[in-house]
Formats: sequence, C-alpha cells, structure tokens
Amino acid sequence: MNSLRSALGRARGLGSAKEGVEHWWAQRVTAVALVPLVLWLAYSIARLSFAGHAAVIAWIAQPWVAIALVLTLFATFYHAKLGLQVVIEDYVHGGFAKHAMLLLNTFAMFVLGAGSIFAVLKIAFQG
Amino acid sequence: MAEFSLPANSKVGAGKTHKAPDGATNTKTFKVYRWSPDDGENPHIDQYVVDLDSCGPMVLDALIKIKNEIDPTLTFRRSCREGVCGSCAMNIDGTNTLACTKYLSEIDGDAKVYPLPHMPVVKDLVPDLNHVYAQYASIKPWMRADSPPPPDGERLQSQEERKELDGLYECILCFCCSTSCPSYWWNGDRYLGPAVLLQAYRWIADSRDEATGERLDDLEDPFKLYRCHTIMNCTKTCPKSLNPAKAIGEIKKLMVERR
Repeated sequence: MNSLRSALGRARGLGSAKEGVEHWWAQRVTAVALVPLVLWLAYSIARLSFAGHAAVIAWIAQPWVAIALVLTLFATFYHAKLGLQVVIEDYVHGGFAKHAMLLLNTFAMFVLGAGSIFAVLKIAFQG
Repeated sequence: MAEFSLPANSKVGAGKTHKAPDGATNTKTFKVYRWSPDDGENPHIDQYVVDLDSCGPMVLDALIKIKNEIDPTLTFRRSCREGVCGSCAMNIDGTNTLACTKYLSEIDGDAKVYPLPHMPVVKDLVPDLNHVYAQYASIKPWMRADSPPPPDGERLQSQEERKELDGLYECILCFCCSTSCPSYWWNGDRYLGPAVLLQAYRWIADSRDEATGERLDDLEDPFKLYRCHTIMNCTKTCPKSLNPAKAIGEIKKLMVERR
C-alpha cells in the first residue's frame, strides 16, 4: 500500500504489547530444568539399552522414575512450544499463514505432551 | 515469509572495470556496489584498480581517491574521517564497519565494498536510514525527569553513577550493528535492533532519568525487544568496540527483576 504515514508513526506502529517477559523467562526456566533431566534420561536409556520390554516397563513404573519422566516430558514440550513459536514469529510474516502455524504449533505440542505423559502414567498405574 | 533470495530487479550483475594508471606497481582492486535510481538498471559491481602508492591508508581514502580521480559518479556518505560521525558506515570485506577507521592493510586480496545490508538503497553506498532514525526517536532519547533541576546548577550524579554510562554514551549511531543483525533483517519493521536498544538502555541506566519504568513498559514487547536472540553479530561488528548485546541483556534482566 502506498502510504504517506510519517516514519515515526510507522516506527511506533501499534505500540508495546506489554508482554514477552513471561515467555522469555519460561523458556529459560524450562531450559535450566532440562539440563539435569535430559542428562538423567540419556544415562538411564543407555543403561537400559540391552534390557528387555518387561525390565523397561518395570523401570518406568517406579514412582520416582515416573515422576521424573512426566517432568521431563512436560518441560520438553513446553520448551519446544515456546521455541517453535519464536521461530514462526521470526520467519512467517503476515495474517493467515502466521496464525495458522502458531495454532498448529500450540495444538501439536499439547497433543504430543498429553499423549506421552498419559503413556507414562498408564504404565505407572497399570504396569 | 522472510525472503531468502533477492527480487529479480535487485540481482547484482557485473559492471565496468577501471584499470590502474600506467606505471602503478602497488595496486589494490576495489569491487564496489553501484546502483542508481535514475537509469532503471539492476545493481552491478564496478571494479576500480587503485594505485596504493598515492593513496592514504584507510578505505575511505581509497573511496575519495576513486571519486576524485577515477569516477566522480561514485556516491557515498562521509564527514569527519575519524570515526566519530558514523556517516561512512558500510559493508567492507564482508563486515559492517566505518570506511574511515578500516585500514586497507587489514583486507587480504580484493576489497569488496557494499552498502549496509538489508536497508533500502538511495544510491550506490548510501542506505536509507529514515526508519532507524524514527525508531531511535520512538524511544525518546532525552532526559525525562519530573523533579526540576537544581536552581543553581546541573543535575548531579556520583562518579559510580556516571560510570554506568561508559560503553553506552560512545555510540555514534552508525547502525553497523543493527544492519548486521539477522533478526533485524527479518523483522526490522517492528524489532528496534541493537543500536536503538543500546540507546534505550543508555537512558535506562542514567541515574538522572526518572522515566525508567515507562521506558521498560514501552520496550516490553515480543518484537520491539524480544526478537533479540543473542546472535552477537552486533557486538562483533561494532567499529567502536561497544557491546549492544550486553546492553540488551541488561534490559532483559531488568524486565525480570521488576516482575
């Protein structure tokens, strides 16, 4: 659109959204939480690499393991949702495509998170 | 979507070659971006072979020599020739810097000279800086205080408070940093960029300013501030060796501190 709007008017745009710090802080908090959780998960999976199906199920069913797995999955998908949102905002500009992808990202991460946490809880409570 | 290739009318072609004068033995080739709004042609790279034995030591000396002796149509901004005005900011040898403080001897082989990246070009090496200047104006870069100044003098600050401004007040607004930032390239319409955010922090950090909260309010935005992903190109390229990335980090820390 041809515009005669002033440069200052364009720079000010719609003003400040007065948000962003919660998103930024949550990304840092989940990142810090994931450092020990991912190290623990990698170590555990390496130890279980030659164990059979029954041994892995028994491992997951232990209360502390199930709790740690749920925390790892929650932090992972929450962190992924926040991070992918930033990538989409960076590169996808303009109306429909941007909002469709942001919506898809939110739904996909919540579905994957809920599904994987449910799987852990099912094993924990039913064996 | 972000654009990753140049539009058809921005593709850069080969241009003219201006040979060295007869008898020149110590020469350097300058490959300079040329574009004029008047001829309807695509941008092109002109080559100038300059006799270094009759040229000053800086890139700006060579550009002025080209304009004076080889091609008077070459267009670029320059003023102070000593790194305090910021006019001759351009992309030299792949890095944004000031032509007046960049030694020719620091450049291996041919010297590539382009305008600051991802800005609209007015002509040749002159970028359109209207938007960055407007963004600078939008952060209200002046002292805002409700308390009247002392009737008998200036507003005072302690030596420690004055030290808080070191590394900030030296910025000359050349915009080498903002135009080196990929995040500013993709979202410069809304993201303020490292130069303007460093200036915003310069007023936030000033003990005499009383509008810190309002300044932080105005910056708290997913695009104005939080498009900074700590890429650090700004700090790497700054010709005054300042650290815009740290200034932005300080703003982010204050945002968390006041929650």
